[in-house]
Amino acid sequence: MYSSLIITNNIHSWVLSLMPAAVTGITEMMMIAMIYLTVFAVLGLFLVLMERKVAAWFQLRIGPNRVGFFGMFQTIADALKLLSKELTGTDKADKFLYNLAPYFLIISSLMALAVFPFSENLQAFDINIGIFFLIAISSIGVIGVLLGGWSSNNKFALIGAMRSGVQTISYELSVGLSLLTMILLTGSLQLSEIIEVQKSGWLIVQGHIPAVIAFMIYMISGTAETNRAPFDMVEAESELGAGFHTEYSGMKFAYFFLAEFINMFIIAAIGTTVFFGGWLSPFGITESIPWLGVFWFLLKAFALVFLMMWFRWTFPRLRVDQLLTLEWKYLLPINLFNIVLMAIIVWLNFTIQF
Amino acid sequence: MSYFSDIYHGIQTLLTGMGVTGKYFLNSRKGAITQQYPDNRDTLKMFERFRGEVVMPHDENNEHSCTGCQKCEIACPNGSIEIIWDRQVDPETGKKKKMIDKHIYHFGMCTQCGLCVDACPSDAIKWAPNFENAVYDRSQLTRVLNKPGSKVRAGVE
Ligand code: SF4
Ligand code: SF4
Repeated sequence: MYSSLIITNNIHSWVLSLMPAAVTGITEMMMIAMIYLTVFAVLGLFLVLMERKVAAWFQLRIGPNRVGFFGMFQTIADALKLLSKELTGTDKADKFLYNLAPYFLIISSLMALAVFPFSENLQAFDINIGIFFLIAISSIGVIGVLLGGWSSNNKFALIGAMRSGVQTISYELSVGLSLLTMILLTGSLQLSEIIEVQKSGWLIVQGHIPAVIAFMIYMISGTAETNRAPFDMVEAESELGAGFHTEYSGMKFAYFFLAEFINMFIIAAIGTTVFFGGWLSPFGITESIPWLGVFWFLLKAFALVFLMMWFRWTFPRLRVDQLLTLEWKYLLPINLFNIVLMAIIVWLNFTIQF
Repeated sequence: MSYFSDIYHGIQTLLTGMGVTGKYFLNSRKGAITQQYPDNRDTLKMFERFRGEVVMPHDENNEHSCTGCQKCEIACPNGSIEIIWDRQVDPETGKKKKMIDKHIYHFGMCTQCGLCVDACPSDAIKWAPNFENAVYDRSQLTRVLNKPGSKVRAGVE
């Protein structure tokens, strides 16, 4: 269940020497949770910085370059600023739900982060319904958005939240079905096993045509699920202020903001695991050095994150009806057809394997 | 059948768009348009179409080409230009002619809309690329554009 790198074994025996065996499990769980929380915060801050830099480069600007070398500490400074700010709220807001909403978002994305295999041994929780768990968890986040919009007693926030409901519920279908297409190839929902299957070729190569179609659908609907441009009607700045988190300030706003970026990373990480072989190196070039898996995993995930940023700075925002047309008239039928195609390919053994 | 061609064209146009932005991304190193202003104050050269303030160029004989037609004054939407003029006898032709005494430009009111520059029939006024225009006293923003003792260039009607 826990990662079995040598270092964690050492820690395990050290903890065992300190306290009875019954308590070690809990202690280790706490330690892993702390580590993941730290990783989560650093990852979020890094992604915000990356987004700002990439955006600047797409727009022929320079981007943040004042705080620290090359603007490295800009987002840390921003986070500190947000921490020190007053938490304001609207009158007549539903205080309980209002305060609850950010935690829904951030906890759901944190839970999703726990199941990814960052390298062969570095995985907090290898659950046997991995992909299913991820899809289920990612739809809990939308409750946070809906609650936040509903309880802030602000019409822009409410419109933003309702749009988010429409969007996430319809695009969930596409994310699920496109991943299901790939599950036909792997025959397992467990993430470590999905990667095991890919030792004879990444799934996007194994499944060739239907896999590429599934990947395209996955990227489109994944972008829509994370409410990013061109599907950012939830927080369409020019229409709704900041959308569902208009009324949030300080650290609660930062939670929403970080969760958005972590969700983007999660979508990219699922894509990496299911389509691009997770921590496997291309052609097995670094198979003898297992810890390099982390490097490959992050490299692939950040490449997909970059792709999503590229989408954001290229495409104009869709209208709500266009969004629903895209999902229900195009992505969904293509997806269903694609599943049949994939099933035929798996049945007739037309997959490409090395 | 247009269903499939729609998908094809959709993907094609999206890729075209991504190609364009991708090119920008790769060239951003060389072509960044950001000016890091207070740092490069000495070397910063303003751009051709930048609108700083309206000026009236004079040549080496202290001559400008403003005929005093007042078109700029009429064109200005907020009355930033005031022209004080007068009929004088043209020494060459001996005829009476409209000439400016003062071309007063209230820089504090100007919105940099550029209508006066567009309206001028003899291109007597144009944009100067000054950008550090803050002053301590409002009266310094009222400027007389024609230099003292200047006159209209011969041949400009
Ligand atoms: S730029 Fe516009 S506002 Fe300024 S003086 Fe000319 S017409 Fe008036
Ligand atoms: S500046 Fe141009 S438009 Fe204005 S009075 Fe002189 S000639 Fe006429």
